[in-house]
Amino acid sequence: MNLTLKIWRQEDSKAKGAVETYPISDISPDSSFLEMLDVLNESLILKGIVPVAFDHDCREGICGMCSLYINGEAHGPDRKVTTCQLHMRMFKDGDTITIEPFRSAGFPVVKDLVVDRSAFDKIQQAGGYVSVNTSGNTQDANAIPIPKRDADKAFDAATCIGCGACVATCKNGSAMLYVSAKVSQFSLLPQGKVEANRRALNMVGKMDELGFGNCTNTGACEVECPKGISLDNIARMNRDFLKASTVSEEK
Amino acid sequence: MSVLDSKVPDGPIKDKWTKHKNNIDVVNPANKRLIDVIVVGTGLAGGSAAASLAEMGYNVKAFCYQDSPRRAHSIAAQGGINAAKNYQNDGDSTYRLFYDTVKGGDYRSREANVYRLAEVSTNIIDQCVAQGVPFARDYGGLLDNRSFGGVLVSRTFYAKGQTGQQLLLGAYSAMNRQINKGKIRMHNRHEMMDLVKVDGKARGIIARNLVTGEIERHSAHAVVIASGGYGNVFFLSTNAMGSNVSAAWKIHKKGAFFANPCYTQIHPTCIPRSGDDQAKLTLMSESLRNDGRIWVPAKKEDAIAIREGKKKAIDLSEEDRDYYLERRYPAFGNLVPRDVASRAAKERCDAGFGVNNTGEAVYLDFAAAIKRYGKTEASINGLNTEDEALVIKLGTKVVESKYGNLFQMYEKITDENPYVLPMKIYPAVHYTMGGVWVDYNLMTTVEGCYAAGEANFSEHGANRLGASALMQGLADGYFVLPYTIGNYLAKEIRTGEIPTDTPEFSEAEAAVKKQIDFFINNNGTKSVDHFHRRLGKVMWDKVGMSRNAKGLNEAIAEIKQIREEFYKDVRVLGTANGLNPELEKAGRVADFLELGELFAKDALDRNESCGGHFREESVEVGGEQDGEALRDDVNYRYVAAWEYKGEPSDAVLHKEALEFNDIELKQRSYK
Repeated sequence: MNLTLKIWRQEDSKAKGAVETYPISDISPDSSFLEMLDVLNESLILKGIVPVAFDHDCREGICGMCSLYINGEAHGPDRKVTTCQLHMRMFKDGDTITIEPFRSAGFPVVKDLVVDRSAFDKIQQAGGYVSVNTSGNTQDANAIPIPKRDADKAFDAATCIGCGACVATCKNGSAMLYVSAKVSQFSLLPQGKVEANRRALNMVGKMDELGFGNCTNTGACEVECPKGISLDNIARMNRDFLKASTVSEEK
Repeated sequence: MSVLDSKVPDGPIKDKWTKHKNNIDVVNPANKRLIDVIVVGTGLAGGSAAASLAEMGYNVKAFCYQDSPRRAHSIAAQGGINAAKNYQNDGDSTYRLFYDTVKGGDYRSREANVYRLAEVSTNIIDQCVAQGVPFARDYGGLLDNRSFGGVLVSRTFYAKGQTGQQLLLGAYSAMNRQINKGKIRMHNRHEMMDLVKVDGKARGIIARNLVTGEIERHSAHAVVIASGGYGNVFFLSTNAMGSNVSAAWKIHKKGAFFANPCYTQIHPTCIPRSGDDQAKLTLMSESLRNDGRIWVPAKKEDAIAIREGKKKAIDLSEEDRDYYLERRYPAFGNLVPRDVASRAAKERCDAGFGVNNTGEAVYLDFAAAIKRYGKTEASINGLNTEDEALVIKLGTKVVESKYGNLFQMYEKITDENPYVLPMKIYPAVHYTMGGVWVDYNLMTTVEGCYAAGEANFSEHGANRLGASALMQGLADGYFVLPYTIGNYLAKEIRTGEIPTDTPEFSEAEAAVKKQIDFFINNNGTKSVDHFHRRLGKVMWDKVGMSRNAKGLNEAIAEIKQIREEFYKDVRVLGTANGLNPELEKAGRVADFLELGELFAKDALDRNESCGGHFREESVEVGGEQDGEALRDDVNYRYVAAWEYKGEPSDAVLHKEALEFNDIELKQRSYK
């Protein structure tokens, strides 16, 4: 395949960025998108041009490190995949592909296509845990049976990889899908229920403090989420938050 | 006498750990606040260690090269985690898990460490459930289990095909709680560049802030290396792109012995290579072998027709298929350990029976499982069990609920639907059993420097059983290191804060800066990847699934040659004062180029076949075991711990003899 790539280049967080155009040829349709960028970088190095910086690590869609806005979509045109799982067979020979970093006030650009998602960690630190210490003496794992339906729902929510596609996609730059996934996982499980109120208040509070926008139920986040995290989680979080902020003594 | 003291406690094996814990010095809570611990790496071992140490009251400084601790490569582990809970009432016990692990490791692990691992395995499951890790459950609400290769009981706990993710997010949440309290200071996007020793003790590290390029000094009373394995020495592996040996290699160069570098696990079920631009290989969990049957065409002409696209797998009748694992190993069948399954696949493909265009693939077929599950489902729901279309539909649903994400991943990569066509798989480098030598307390040969998880060597011997890596990482981090480190730190309560404005820190920092300047100013003509690919090819061809003395000697010379060319001709563009992925890779590949040579040297020394290390000179001849690996317990029942002396070729071998008092050494038969 022969392609034209339009890529956002930006020296560092303070520099002004610009789109550069690079032609690329002989790409196999079986290559992954990031392997295509590897080939581009290899050719840039030979020409003495600084290669394009992009985040990636596991390259199997689970670490959440890769990002990219490809032709105006987070993680590109395929559904339920991350950029590292996107394959070139999704494109046609001769295509022009525009590659930008995730765009959101919450994710400042570090360099080229790399953004800073440390705000996500800060939200988790505000309450995304069960307060239990390590000990050899917690009760037996089977002491509390958990209905399979609840366990499965908690698992589905817990599969969020923290990539930030939801925020990058949302017109409000909202992190509701991401935050609600963690809030839901724990509020569905007996181990997490004890702190459910506090957790909802603290995590939502931190999310607001960090400047993420609110949810207007457009649902774009759910569509672009590579792990298919459901909007139901947002509803569950809103319910928890409302309950916590009205009837709870912990507000 | 060997310079290596394993410090294994006396007494019967089942009492060693309890007795040792009772004798360990304890640091008073007020004093813990005065003690700093550095943890490098935030995977299962590092993350759980950092969280547990912080909970105990130590000040933890944690480091990872990723943009968040949650992204460490433990996250990609799919299948499950073993624990001797015996919830399935199939006769499992601490002893049986211990026995399976030592046998699976081909009797090259340290017995006492493995027993301790089996002992704490049950605590791990309890701890994770308490943290809110959503393991798979059955309709009664209790935890579900599945089987893994190399064992005959069902003791693997799992969360679909994302067990590593869920366990790591559990450790990450425990870390977050401590970060919030200020007990862990987290340094994301930081790479450890060197270890700093003061008066022979590990006292800190030099780290590079990968965003600003700044070189930083960090001090502590102890340093824990939990930086994972070194499979990327092969270039293509199932490891993450950034996985590297550097932290482990830096401490090796500062005095930590490196043990059994040649013990590498080539995992049998990975998606085969498709082209030359490929940058990494993707694993398909071994749990698939529970339900998938592995086969190749029985006739060579069918294999050729399939390779040329003239036939498909489903065109072949049962008689024309060779279920070679079931044929060769009737007792374990498709659930033989990984090393056995990998070599068997290579044997069939080398003999000309491979199935994709490269000739390097075998089938993993779910058709039988889909039918079996479908019939059960139909029967449970009172439907017609003879209606084939219905049975397949119901069975597909069951398989999807068990392995959905793996099947989806497979389809995205290969563009083939594995519910209809059998998967194609081939072995790939996955895990490294070798690593930094540690004693029973997980301390390396550098005082105050510890190694945990895949970065150390002790529990898996020459071959790791499935679902044991997660168990070991969490055992080390949650239940072993937090206790054993106390013994050392109890002596540090009067030390006070470690200053960083000392000659030792200055010297280490200067050396790091010198190497960075060298790369930036080298102005060569070839990229870092160029050299990494060449190294990987030598490793795979000559130090891969089967090895011989001739090939290993060639590999040693070739790696040395590539290393020399690398320093002459590598080109790193960009600056040192900011994010520069090429510069990061250059440093890592420089270390791989040294490790690779030691790896081959170690493989050459070990003239026996054991576990993942198969020497063509050492095979069984005749009898039922004809052609199987031949272990040599008389001459090679030792841990090979290498001491750094400059060039890898000058490394000095120290042997830790392995004693087996509670297990009888046997031919490892899975027939």
